[in-house]
Amino acid sequence: MSTASTPLLSVRALETRFVDDGVALTAVDGLSFDVGRGETLCIVGESGCGKSVSALSIMRLLPPTSRVTGRIQLDGKDLGALSEPEMRRVRGNAVSMIFQEPMTSLNPVVTVGYQIAEAVRQHEGKSWAEGYARATEMLRLVRIPEPERRVKEYPHQLSGGMRQRVMIAMALACRPRVLLADEPTTALDVTIQAQILELMRDLQAETGTAIVLITHDLGVVAEMAHRVVVMYAGRKVEEAPVGDLFERPCHPYTVGLMGSIPELGSSLSAEGTPRRLAEIPGIVPSLRAMPAGCRFAPRCPLADERCHAQSPPLTENRPGHWSACWHWERAGEAIHVHA
Amino acid sequence: MWAYVIRRVLAIIPVMATVAVVVFLILHLNPDDPAAIIAGDDASTAHIENIRRQLGLDRPVYVQFFDWVLRLIGGDLGASIFLDRPVLQLILERVEPTLALAISTTIFSVCLALPLGVLAAWKAGTWIDQTIMALAVLAFSFPVFLIGYGLVQGLALELDLLPVQGFVSLSEDPVEFLAHLVMPTIALGLVYTALLARMTRSTVLEILNEDYIRTARAKGLANGRVLIIHALKNAAVPIVTTIGVGIALLIGGVVVTESVFAIPGIGRLTIDAVLHRDYPVIQGVILTVSGFYVLINLVIDLTYTVLDPRIRY
Amino acid sequence: MTDITLQGGAPAEAAPASRSRIGRIVRRHPMMVAGGVILVGMAIVAAAAPLLAPHDPIELNVVDRLRPPDEDYLLGTDAYGRDMLSRMLYGARVSLIVGLAVAGLATVLGLLIGVIAGYYRLADAILMRIMDGLMAIPGILLAIALMALTRASIEVVILAITIPEVPRVVRLVRAVVLSIREQTYVQAAVAIGTRFPRLMRKHILPNTVAPLVVQATYIFAHAVLVEAYLSFLGVGTPPEIPSWGNIIAEGRLYVQIAFWQVLFPGLALALMVLSINVLGDGLRDMFDPKLSRRS
Repeated sequence: MSTASTPLLSVRALETRFVDDGVALTAVDGLSFDVGRGETLCIVGESGCGKSVSALSIMRLLPPTSRVTGRIQLDGKDLGALSEPEMRRVRGNAVSMIFQEPMTSLNPVVTVGYQIAEAVRQHEGKSWAEGYARATEMLRLVRIPEPERRVKEYPHQLSGGMRQRVMIAMALACRPRVLLADEPTTALDVTIQAQILELMRDLQAETGTAIVLITHDLGVVAEMAHRVVVMYAGRKVEEAPVGDLFERPCHPYTVGLMGSIPELGSSLSAEGTPRRLAEIPGIVPSLRAMPAGCRFAPRCPLADERCHAQSPPLTENRPGHWSACWHWERAGEAIHVHA
Repeated sequence: MWAYVIRRVLAIIPVMATVAVVVFLILHLNPDDPAAIIAGDDASTAHIENIRRQLGLDRPVYVQFFDWVLRLIGGDLGASIFLDRPVLQLILERVEPTLALAISTTIFSVCLALPLGVLAAWKAGTWIDQTIMALAVLAFSFPVFLIGYGLVQGLALELDLLPVQGFVSLSEDPVEFLAHLVMPTIALGLVYTALLARMTRSTVLEILNEDYIRTARAKGLANGRVLIIHALKNAAVPIVTTIGVGIALLIGGVVVTESVFAIPGIGRLTIDAVLHRDYPVIQGVILTVSGFYVLINLVIDLTYTVLDPRIRY
Repeated sequence: MTDITLQGGAPAEAAPASRSRIGRIVRRHPMMVAGGVILVGMAIVAAAAPLLAPHDPIELNVVDRLRPPDEDYLLGTDAYGRDMLSRMLYGARVSLIVGLAVAGLATVLGLLIGVIAGYYRLADAILMRIMDGLMAIPGILLAIALMALTRASIEVVILAITIPEVPRVVRLVRAVVLSIREQTYVQAAVAIGTRFPRLMRKHILPNTVAPLVVQATYIFAHAVLVEAYLSFLGVGTPPEIPSWGNIIAEGRLYVQIAFWQVLFPGLALALMVLSINVLGDGLRDMFDPKLSRRS
């Protein structure tokens, strides 16, 4: 989306490593992206490609065994330079996050109202009464019926879809400017999934929150994204506006992801089965043994000697459409090899 | 919730029934003639016969069992062969020191172990964690009497701060009562503290890895709030359970500690009974102590209804 | 932070497999290895007690009674003039024999009962009620009561300490068997008519070995301690056999004038129990790295 003038959230050369047994493993390798106000950026890739780690790196919620470098700016302010207490004032306030597992992401022994109210109290210095009032209001906003009653209930009394609504209510309670949503609908069944996505879109329209939506589901991407970042093995391999990406993908990996999807553009398929990523032959390389050249080369039907030897740079192949592939012009052929 | 409470209360019936059978069998599975063992090595045949009749050992086993159970239900634990007094009375006379030691040790250990265990979990992997856990495994491995005699030597004999041994009733002199409890409590409490601290650490550590802790941190809550509201509230049930289960270990330790500090409690009563082969006393003590232990764990199970909303509803 | 190259896989994989594996264990679990080494050392010393003991551990020698440690008697003598060091060397045998026997016996009994309980619904109901009942009796108290059964001997001590330990093993084994029964591959194996012994050998045993070994180690440590407690209380190993508990029980009367009679056997006991516990912790971490290495 070119409408974003100065990006709200800007991530540059993000690198996240985990030190395990004296060996440093790089989970995210030089990731950069921007998100503007009211924009939805989808980060897509197979599990283990580093997309969740990227979100947790931005939130600085990774365990102490991790090392994060790179520059993360929120509205021009460097989040990396903040002290831990300062970062705490950002979390759940200017930037908030929704997690994949609604069943386990809520504290089972505390009421949902309390869990929303404490965030409001923490960031806005409100009283408990005001916090609960906001919690009720938020539950109504995410379309939970009888919010006055639900606010006093415990997570186990709610269904999975309701819990994810509560998570969204909690994340939006302090009107964040950026919402990081890590596979928010993966654990839910299809009807609920569609409702939650619709809810997120409506709320974005009302509040102008920028959304970074992490998913492995291209159906969700087609439904939600303005712009898409495709990640493979810790690196960004392609970035493009959503329409352009689906029309003319410039990376064999993206093509592979789309491989088994019969038609693009519409949201969820009519039979009610969500579209999953297509199977691509081969496996994601282990963090311990990354290939030397292009990381996708071992699985790529187009790979030649150069691909195995040299890592391709990210290049802007068309306006706003970047990819890291030596053979980006022929990327579309990748699908025929596997058909 | 009431279904849970009723189920819990009813569950103690088979447990206590099994305890009763086991306790009964302790005497009757004996490969030797119990009457002869009780009478001692150089007892006359007439004396042995006398004991046999006195204990009703001449009747069929099942008759003995039901007769015994019926009297138990009526609150009759039988009479001591050696002291010729009701077992219940003997136990009641000895209960104060044992209960006092058990309670003071529980308080001491819980107050020490919970903060240490939580701290170790919060600082997992750091030198603080490693130091606490090293001390725990050390305390866990040290025999109670070694700590006990060490304390006696240091605090009582060298520094003359505390009485060497014995017990003074609370009603007699509250200050002396406490003074006499200090060293036994520490000697016994360190072992129990170590056990509790280890369990607390692993429980809290596990909970700190839960998704909802990450959610709490993602909300920007302060560390203390994450720890106390979100982690400890969830850790309460497993920790309280450990405290309850650990009481079995504590009771075992009480017997040894009473011996080290010459405290006239249930432990001494038991040892004397074993040395005199006073079976009714042994059976009575085991039944009473097990009943007490089962009741404590019942109370603990019932506190879950307060601690965990998933049980409450 | 220094840059570490990730390409090329883990280092030092080329070394001989067995050597590097031992090296890895030593590096990752130094405490466990230390515990194991101390324990083996104590076992060797105990086995060689007749060769190493400078004096007869039983023979009375009233002239030398209550002698403090000196060059004749490295750890002093007891109230009967018997050499403490010699008695302690023999005492180590009692602790190790009782500890190992209890660990072995409790594991075998627990495995047997646990498998039966996990496999046969009807037996389960009865067996588990019995186990619940046994667990309701504090272990040391039950052991003390069992000691009243018959005349004291090492065998009776072993049995008395074993019985209270069995229920925990039973529960552990039963839980594993129940979870394995639910596995599809086991149900398939049963469906094609796999007999119980084969099922046991192929599916149940391999899955219980790791937790059982850890549990057995902790039982070992606890049994060594309980033997000493029983003997200390005068209801354990017969007093004519020099066990650490007995030495302390006799020495306690003179603790104020001859502290070495309690201190040395007490420390030996603590060291043995500590080394076994550390070994157990190490084994637990090794089998379940998730527990120890998460941060």
